[in-house]
Amino acid sequence: MDGVLELRDVHRTHGVGEAAVHALRGVSLTVRAGELVAVMGPSGSGKSSMLALAGGLDRPTGGEVLVEGEALGGLPARALARLRRRRIGYVFQDLNLLGSLTAVENVALPLELDGTGVRAARRLALDALREVDVAGLADRFPDQMSGGQQQRVAIARALVGERRLVLADEPTGALDSQAGEAVLHLLRRRVDAGAAGVLVTHEARHAGWADRVVFLRDGVLVDSTAPLIGVEHLLSGSGR
Amino acid sequence: MRAAYQVCILQAMSIRHGLLALLERGQMYGYQLRAAFEESTGSTWPLNIGQVYTTLARLERDGLVRPLPENEGGQRPYEITDAGRADLALWFATPISRADRPRDELSIKLALALTTPGVDVRAVVQTQRSATMRALQEFTRLKYTSDKPEDLPWRLVLDAMIFQTEAEVRWLDHCETSLVRHRPAPGRPIAHPEAVDRAADEARR
Repeated sequence: MDGVLELRDVHRTHGVGEAAVHALRGVSLTVRAGELVAVMGPSGSGKSSMLALAGGLDRPTGGEVLVEGEALGGLPARALARLRRRRIGYVFQDLNLLGSLTAVENVALPLELDGTGVRAARRLALDALREVDVAGLADRFPDQMSGGQQQRVAIARALVGERRLVLADEPTGALDSQAGEAVLHLLRRRVDAGAAGVLVTHEARHAGWADRVVFLRDGVLVDSTAPLIGVEHLLSGSGR
Repeated sequence: MRAAYQVCILQAMSIRHGLLALLERGQMYGYQLRAAFEESTGSTWPLNIGQVYTTLARLERDGLVRPLPENEGGQRPYEITDAGRADLALWFATPISRADRPRDELSIKLALALTTPGVDVRAVVQTQRSATMRALQEFTRLKYTSDKPEDLPWRLVLDAMIFQTEAEVRWLDHCETSLVRHRPAPGRPIAHPEAVDRAADEARR
């Protein structure tokens, strides 16, 4: 399969007539397995709108969004919710773990909602926690963990099971730089293991973890960059 | 690939003081110095032996090191002098001055782009941001793949480059935000002597 996530000429307009706000104006983007794409742009450029559409949390007013080849637009609400639970992982800036559930219960929740048995869900959740190095905190509640630990749990939840698309919106939030880096390191590792990732960030240092950085401005993708292999360009670019 | 980055890093880095620091540990001959230099920088900065000997000759000329008699293997070790020690201590105690760095061509370019008719400044900003971002991505990639404990010196060098490139991107973001608000003064002639005088008058007020 080509792209795990495909946006085809996606438009999103809020409101109508003169009051209409064009959040996205014809965005096309393909994210393949093993690829981490960072989305940068000033506030109001459409970054978060794009992520919401990619995750099926919002519907475009034009164009198409496909996840693993399936067009989200054609799906009834129930099927869409199911696809979101099964195939898409979300990591947001605000730690949205449920306070009344332990770490492992938080991670197991989407699986259980999707019909996986309690034991199997717990086993998969523990695997996911192990992968992000917090298996030892499985039975702690969110308020018994640091921000960095909570964010690791959120990532485990985003990636538990068979999901191959992870969408992250400023996932390092208010974490200090070491904890933030650890979160990006995990994200990178999961993508290298075969997931497709989209990272919305306004921090260049975080976007640096991506294979490709796309720039949004006023709802339009204006540029895209890949790592600069070799340094001759860098040296000439610095004017030396 | 590393070697290429080192070209630019080395320009800002003193091999001279690097060798002095190594000789402070004890006497060494050329090839030992080269090996020790590479080892202590995590093979981040390979030196060729010619650079080592040229630098030693200059250090000797300046009285900062002195050659010792050749050993049986025909190698001539060097030792640091008191003057060399003082110079080394001063180097460690002195911050790198901004003024020692080359003039920032980028900020000059942007300043000129702003005042040159027909230049799309936002495009200039974006072109630079893409180039800087690509470098940042590559530095991050190199850091991610250098995760062994002995890679620490190299990772720290990469961190320095990462923070510098990040700062540049942030500055470019800042420039773009300022540009959005910027309204150029209507019809101001560029570099017209009177305009320059007038601007100078205004600045004084």
